[in-house]
Amino acid sequence: MTPGRRQAGLVRLLGRPVLWVGALFLVLTFTMDRIAPHLGFLFPPGTRLVYSRASFPELVASHAMLTGLASLVAIVVGLAAGVFATRPAGRDYAATLEMLTAVAQTFPPVAVLALAVPAMGYGAAPTVLALVLYGVLPVMGGVVAGLRSVPAPVLDAADGTGFSAAGKLWRIELPLAAPIILAGVRTSVTIGIGTATIGSTVGALTLGSPIIDGLSGSNPSYVLQGTVLVALFAVTVDLAFGELEALYHPRR
Amino acid sequence: MSALRSALSSRSGPPALALPVLLAAFGLAAALLGGFVVIAPNRLLSGTPLGLWAAAGPAGTAAVLAPLTAMAGLGLARDFALRHMLLGLAAGALMLASTGIAGHAAMVHGADAGPLTRVSLGAGFWCLLAAGFFTLADAVERARTLAQKAVPVLATAAGLFALAAGGALSELSLAREFSVRQHAYLNELFRHLELTGAGLVVAVAVGAAIGFMAYRRPRRAGAAFAALDIVQTIPSIALFALLIGPLTTLTALAPALRGLGIGGIGPFPAIVALALYGLLPVARGVHAGLSGVPRAAVDAARGMGMTGRQIFTSTMVPLALPTFFQTLRITLVQLIGLATLAALIGAGGLGTFIFQGLGQTASDLVLLGALSAIGLALLADLSLRGVALALFRRPAT
Repeated sequence: MTPGRRQAGLVRLLGRPVLWVGALFLVLTFTMDRIAPHLGFLFPPGTRLVYSRASFPELVASHAMLTGLASLVAIVVGLAAGVFATRPAGRDYAATLEMLTAVAQTFPPVAVLALAVPAMGYGAAPTVLALVLYGVLPVMGGVVAGLRSVPAPVLDAADGTGFSAAGKLWRIELPLAAPIILAGVRTSVTIGIGTATIGSTVGALTLGSPIIDGLSGSNPSYVLQGTVLVALFAVTVDLAFGELEALYHPRR
Repeated sequence: MSALRSALSSRSGPPALALPVLLAAFGLAAALLGGFVVIAPNRLLSGTPLGLWAAAGPAGTAAVLAPLTAMAGLGLARDFALRHMLLGLAAGALMLASTGIAGHAAMVHGADAGPLTRVSLGAGFWCLLAAGFFTLADAVERARTLAQKAVPVLATAAGLFALAAGGALSELSLAREFSVRQHAYLNELFRHLELTGAGLVVAVAVGAAIGFMAYRRPRRAGAAFAALDIVQTIPSIALFALLIGPLTTLTALAPALRGLGIGGIGPFPAIVALALYGLLPVARGVHAGLSGVPRAAVDAARGMGMTGRQIFTSTMVPLALPTFFQTLRITLVQLIGLATLAALIGAGGLGTFIFQGLGQTASDLVLLGALSAIGLALLADLSLRGVALALFRRPAT
């Protein structure tokens, strides 16, 4: 590797927006309580400037935990449902599953979240449930679309070379479907981060908490802090998935 | 013809259908084990569940068990022409019977215990309703003719409407939450429609322009869609809140704007946020629609001597319209859902009831707002699908 090429690699790495947005997100997470006291000029006099119910690293950790846990469950369930809908045994139900997915997509996230409260009470539990319910759909959609995109000749070739059904699924179909499945997971996680933010209206501790507390207590400083961090968080995660997806596409 | 029919029916698999049988078993378990209605001393306290037998007696229990039995029987029966329609009707009967019995139980048990007592729908009820709904959905998907698909759906919808309009459900807590705030409900419903409609109009006007530009100048398309992608990525609640600061500053600098209804909180920022959210799907739809027009059609139009403008208006637009219409439907449904958040920034809408209910821990008020938002979204989705079917003679995907 020549110095010139190494430099080009470094430039390419530094040119990645995910690095910059992610760095900004991390720096702001840990310095928000020191920056906020200096923002008084933005807001009406007398506004309490520093959000004190929880520290921002705590909020980020809790937000990430909720989203991560729910996404994990959503990916497992969505993968299972999507594989089922494309197997001979489940193909009969594919149309019904797809219709239910379309119907469920029309349910507003706030409504799903609010409906979970009477059943599960306030706090993290209804948020995780709503996140899972909402996250399964895009994953399943991606899995079904991905598995269906595998060309029939490839499947025939796999049959001809003596693959078992499970071997064919695991070693041929899923790897070929991976980019589309990944796109579904990306959508699911992005929606999850947004829904988790709304989760603070039912008492979950997330980056939405300063926003909700700020809106209900008319404190624009809290709103701004929560908003900036949660927007950076969502964009960082989305860009990171974009990098992951780019790995599947050969560079030109 | 009969050969075609038998070929079609063999596609729908083995004669026994597992799903209605499983759902009937699930419904039976829910009916026997779950609380059918919940009786609470007032609208805020949590209540005690009452099972189906205790709530509805032998007649009511039989009215729920009969459609469940029919569902299981039809699922196990050999295939015949009207099977899926009958399954759909049995599922609809289950939904109607459960709802009607819950309404009746509310009248009986609510009247016994004083005016503050609230009778809410229990987990067992919701499970029975879900079992009926899924069976109905599956039956509609499998039914072979449009009439066989439509009859169970229309019968169920008409039955539910008749139950509600006839006052059979009026003692349920959900209905009482509605009746004490009928006026406010209509106001917020109209506000919800206003916010969604205004957001959609702006999104379509600006989004269509962006989509058109992206089609004309493909080099800039990437950058435009990347920017809109970022807007979509920002959590909705943050986007609503993000607008408060700049708009408040704007009205502080130019107080005249306040006279136009522009400000940091209220309907204006909500409409802006909704419009921003709608930009990406609309722009993508226009771009995809125009890009999907076959070259051959454009060449043919040019060969007939059409001018550039004529080619655009009489060839490209009609061919791009179905795709555009589909994105319009998806965008509208999305905006109806997002508009529930407008209540958080003081703009009203159906979200008002959701957040009021969450604040008071009055779960039936939450239910009122949430079910209305879901119903509105479903109604918009179904009616635009119907319009698309009538306009373009092919079902929306």
